Amino acid sequence: MISIKSVSHSYSDANRISFKDWEINNSDQWLLLGESGSGKTTLLHILTGILKPTAGEVIINDTSVYTLSAKKLDQFRGRNIGIIFQRPHLIKSLTITENLVMAQSFASLPEDLQRVNEVLESLGIAAKKNAYPNELSQGQLQRVSIARAVINKPALLIADEPTSSLDDKNAAAVLELLLQQSGLNQATMVVATHDKRVKDAFTNIYELR
Amino acid sequence: MSPLKISWKSVWSKPLSSALNIMLIAFGTGILTILLLASAQIGEKLDNNSKDIDLVVGAKGSPLQLILSSIYYIDFPTGNIPLKDAEELSHNPFVKRAVPLAQGDNYKGIRIIGTDTNFVTVYKLKTSTGKFWEADFDVTIGSNVALNEKLKVGDTFFGAHGLTGNTDVHKTHAYKVVGILTPQGNVTDNLILTNIASVWRMHDDHEREEAAEHHAEHQDNTEEHQQKEEAKDLDASKSQKSSVENDNHTNGTKHAHIRPDQAGLNEGREITALLIQYRSPMSVVMFPRMVNQMTNLQAASPAMESTRLFSLIGVGVDTLQWFAVLIMLIAAISVFVNLYNSLKERSYDLAIMRTLGARRGQLFQIVIFEGILLTLVGTLAGIGLGHFALQFIGTYQESSQARLTGFILLNDEIYLFAAGLAIGIFAAIIPALQAYRSNISKILSKN
Repeated sequence: MISIKSVSHSYSDANRISFKDWEINNSDQWLLLGESGSGKTTLLHILTGILKPTAGEVIINDTSVYTLSAKKLDQFRGRNIGIIFQRPHLIKSLTITENLVMAQSFASLPEDLQRVNEVLESLGIAAKKNAYPNELSQGQLQRVSIARAVINKPALLIADEPTSSLDDKNAAAVLELLLQQSGLNQATMVVATHDKRVKDAFTNIYELR
Repeated sequence: MSPLKISWKSVWSKPLSSALNIMLIAFGTGILTILLLASAQIGEKLDNNSKDIDLVVGAKGSPLQLILSSIYYIDFPTGNIPLKDAEELSHNPFVKRAVPLAQGDNYKGIRIIGTDTNFVTVYKLKTSTGKFWEADFDVTIGSNVALNEKLKVGDTFFGAHGLTGNTDVHKTHAYKVVGILTPQGNVTDNLILTNIASVWRMHDDHEREEAAEHHAEHQDNTEEHQQKEEAKDLDASKSQKSSVENDNHTNGTKHAHIRPDQAGLNEGREITALLIQYRSPMSVVMFPRMVNQMTNLQAASPAMESTRLFSLIGVGVDTLQWFAVLIMLIAAISVFVNLYNSLKERSYDLAIMRTLGARRGQLFQIVIFEGILLTLVGTLAGIGLGHFALQFIGTYQESSQARLTGFILLNDEIYLFAAGLAIGIFAAIIPALQAYRSNISKILSKN
């Protein structure tokens, strides 16, 4: 279970954003809606464990993440949280397989090529496993970034505008894969978007005002 | 996947700029390696070859030239000195031991040195095969000579007139190899040693040949001819003398080669130089002044002239050294700019790594390893390059005495290695700290 309690953050004294409390049950799939500037990215970063809120508590699977030491927090993030960005952002100097293996080692997990193959297989890009990122299409790259997010079987899968730079066909495919992968890996999922095409697939909605 | 591997892959992903950085570092290190090896070898050669010789006495001229020709066998001799004067000096009470040298011939550029058993004593020579020269035209050759010219005991060869070149070959007498020296690590490795009489006889006979050739044309040179005949007689007595010498030598008696009772026989004879060991420290003050003032000869100290020579070379070495350091500095800046620029592009990559669980320290490592990899490869390549370049230079050197080799390792090279490492760290530390400090939330929200 994931919960945020009386979380607020201020980048400066004048500008303070408060977030209403939020409880997410395991394996739930949530949509995070909000206009630009409503603090959507801020909340995602707080949930991800890369931005410490000015006040409040974030609990993921009984761990209050911002009480962890920096080193522990990094490891916790690597093992329990998978993130998908608007654009794929793979490491260009590494092959697809190496990009995924890197995610395993940064989480201090053993390198597991079988798991890499399994994930790539389930996303239909196993044929590209030894290719470099610049040899892949945008749609394929987004699949790899999903693969990277789920490689360590995270408890929480966070997607930040995963479909907004894709066409209708690819957007539908990516959404399909996200739902499929969160189910496959029993991960709780939060998708932040303002993309109307995505809305219908979700019943749980957390809206920022 | 370790940070080191990520750095490695990153270096490979931009081959052109990496190659440029490596080349700059390699070039700078290469020059420093050559300087280091060359000056160490030159210094060692200077020391090794002159360590047991206190003074050289030769004909008037440049003292440096006298030292170069008689200790290092590089330059031409300043001229000849009368044997009579040399004998007088060798019996001076200040002198412990005097070694006469007679130069003038070569075999394929290797100098043939006429000398006596004192030479063996001064340089502490030993033979690996065969024995030391005994009869006239017997030679004992240095280890490198045997190796390079593929000469062995029993082989014969003809010497040529002069110190280089083989146009004017003495066909009348062949030298016979009777022994090969153990490697000494000094000039004697590259010399052919024989007795003085051999050098004299070679030239007398040679001149007589020429005289005979011109005899028909120059009927009026009878007087000169007579002199030659006289010389021939002297040769006979000279070789007698040397065989006596050799008998004594085999009996193990040590004594000065040139004996006063034979001085009369050696009238008009000349040698090239006299190497002198002092009897006492007092000699240092008195003897050179005495030679320079009282006689028509010149005394030069190997230690002083070597120092002077080295200080002359030193200016050039210093200049090159600064040049190399400048190149290294430019290389360091280039690596820094390269890493700093790529960090701007990669800040997002590094932020992503953080979201995947990478620690700050790991990002620091990735960037610093990249700098170290570039400079380390550059340094190793440079050290290798320097060695091969010096070896290459060595093969083009004319004088076998001063030949430099690249195939030696010096302890000091570890400093070059350390310098390369330091430059890598120096160039990468600021980008690495930036990577360490970067605010990932800020970077991620900007895109």
